[in-house]
Amino acid sequence: MNLPIPLLEVKNLKVDFHVSHGGLFRRQHSVLRAVADVSFHIKSGETLGLVGESGCGKSTTARAVLQLIKPTGGAVEFDGVNLVALKKETLRKARKNFQMIFQDPYASLNPRMTVGDIVAEPLKNFGVAKGKALEREVQDLLQRVGLNPRYIRRYPHEFSGGQRQRIGIARALALKPKLIVADEPVSALDVSIQAQILNLLLDLKGQFQLTYLFIAHDLAVVRHVSDHIAVMYYGKIVETAPSEEIYENPKHPYTQALLAASPIPDPEKEKSRRLQYQPLMGDVPSLMKPVPGCPFHTRCPYTMPVCKEVLPPLKEYTPGHKTACHLLEK
Amino acid sequence: MLRFLLQRLVGVLLVLWVIITLSFFLMRCAPGGPFDLEKPLQPDIRINIEKKYHLNEPLPAQYFRYVTDIILHGDLGPSYRYSDRSVNDFIREGLPYTMQLGFFALMVALTIGLSMGLAAALRHNTRWDYLAMAFAILGVSIPDFVLGPLLQLLFGIHLKWFPIAGWEGFRYFILPSVTLGSYYAASIARLTRGGMLEVTLQDYIRTARAKGLSEPVVVLRHMIRGGIIPVITYLGPATAFLLSGSLVVEKIFQIPGLGRHFVNSALNRDYTVALGMVIFFSALILVFNLAVDLLYLVVDPRMRKK
Repeated sequence: MNLPIPLLEVKNLKVDFHVSHGGLFRRQHSVLRAVADVSFHIKSGETLGLVGESGCGKSTTARAVLQLIKPTGGAVEFDGVNLVALKKETLRKARKNFQMIFQDPYASLNPRMTVGDIVAEPLKNFGVAKGKALEREVQDLLQRVGLNPRYIRRYPHEFSGGQRQRIGIARALALKPKLIVADEPVSALDVSIQAQILNLLLDLKGQFQLTYLFIAHDLAVVRHVSDHIAVMYYGKIVETAPSEEIYENPKHPYTQALLAASPIPDPEKEKSRRLQYQPLMGDVPSLMKPVPGCPFHTRCPYTMPVCKEVLPPLKEYTPGHKTACHLLEK
Repeated sequence: MLRFLLQRLVGVLLVLWVIITLSFFLMRCAPGGPFDLEKPLQPDIRINIEKKYHLNEPLPAQYFRYVTDIILHGDLGPSYRYSDRSVNDFIREGLPYTMQLGFFALMVALTIGLSMGLAAALRHNTRWDYLAMAFAILGVSIPDFVLGPLLQLLFGIHLKWFPIAGWEGFRYFILPSVTLGSYYAASIARLTRGGMLEVTLQDYIRTARAKGLSEPVVVLRHMIRGGIIPVITYLGPATAFLLSGSLVVEKIFQIPGLGRHFVNSALNRDYTVALGMVIFFSALILVFNLAVDLLYLVVDPRMRKK
């Protein structure tokens, strides 16, 4: 069911943070550009996986898409409506259609509310259901995410991490949103639980016709759920392509390095991978002091003179596969 | 739950018993006695008086008599200095005034403190925040014996809005309540601000916003319950202090409350009155601390188990 208009279209998204530091008398204010000119779109019913290492701006992008942080520039078009331009109250009402699953299932549930109240709150807030119907709806939601509906009167601290994430998912699903932004939904969980939650998210996607923006730093996790993948580095998207294409044919040196770094669950292959593998050296440049040219040139094994001066644009070198790298210009 | 309550009540009684015992013997250790006046009493009169109050008996017997009177009759004994008055009389007469003053001061402290604290937290690092915190600093640092006369001067004598002394109706209550309550209002404002700011950064507040809750709902339903915990902790001892009266405020505004007995009885070695005040005050503190512990259970479900 590919609709012609994408459900979510993000255009030139920018997020700046103002940081002040220094002593009492010589306070310095500087601007930290967490997200610099990010554009992508997600078609209805698809999943975009947004990957990158810590601090590359993934979570900030997610929050800016949902207007939990006001973007400094750019547009976020959801169903053809630019969310950035919406008035507070209109935006609040629009939130019904896009919900978020958070990374930390321990901190993101209010410890002073019962599970029933947590899942029911969005429904009550938008006047979707009340009384007996509300209770039935909440129990149904709990069942759908694989929790015992009798847990309705328990508190979050009585559950394990995986169960808490299921509560968070039930909460996000309650309003039957079109888009769910999942900000590293499994990275706080044990590996044994991760697969369960990922499969749950896939099941629910079919049941509720959901569209996901799925954020992760673990390529294996993203591969499992995504139709498309975008790789972020230093607040920019450096490569985007259909999921399999990225894994089969990574073009950006950073993507290649990321793939080479993920272990293979096969001792023989893993051994040979380790022999060839050269880890990335150096650090990500400071966001406070941006480097000219391609932000990856400080760590890239193929750095050329042009990389230190000109920022490579994100270009479609093969159909459906965009990369921002000077190497491909030749 | 009931078990917890019973355990705590037994604990309260035990602590109270320890306090009674310690203060009984400490009072007797202090040099001098209730009948040591500047002009010594004649020996036979003194003997008669001591006989009347059983002060001639050995100390353990006196202690035993004192404790049994409290337990069996709720009788805190007679005053040695004011014959024909009992400690219970003092409390009965003074307590209503002290309690009223304490209650109104508590209301002043809560309304001003909570609203200033909330305003400061929700408008964090703006001029409202700085203004509220500046008032909070003033509130904790101006002593009541300065604030009281200043208020009397301004609102009583110059503006003539409120009477400067006495306790005859609502108009009389305002200046003393503000004087007594301002310190507590300032502390509550600071605690509220701190507690709220801590909660504001929690993930579940972001969750609440992402759900599409309006800002007032986020604040009322999600922030306040967590942010208010430090205030609740503080409220136990604060209420006890407020309700047990303030010598200074009662003196400045001529309110016939309990406060003066605290000081006079100790200076006069009026054993029973001093002990009575100590017991009464400790009981207040213990009861309010217990109330705070019970309130925690209401506010924080994580504390209910175990």
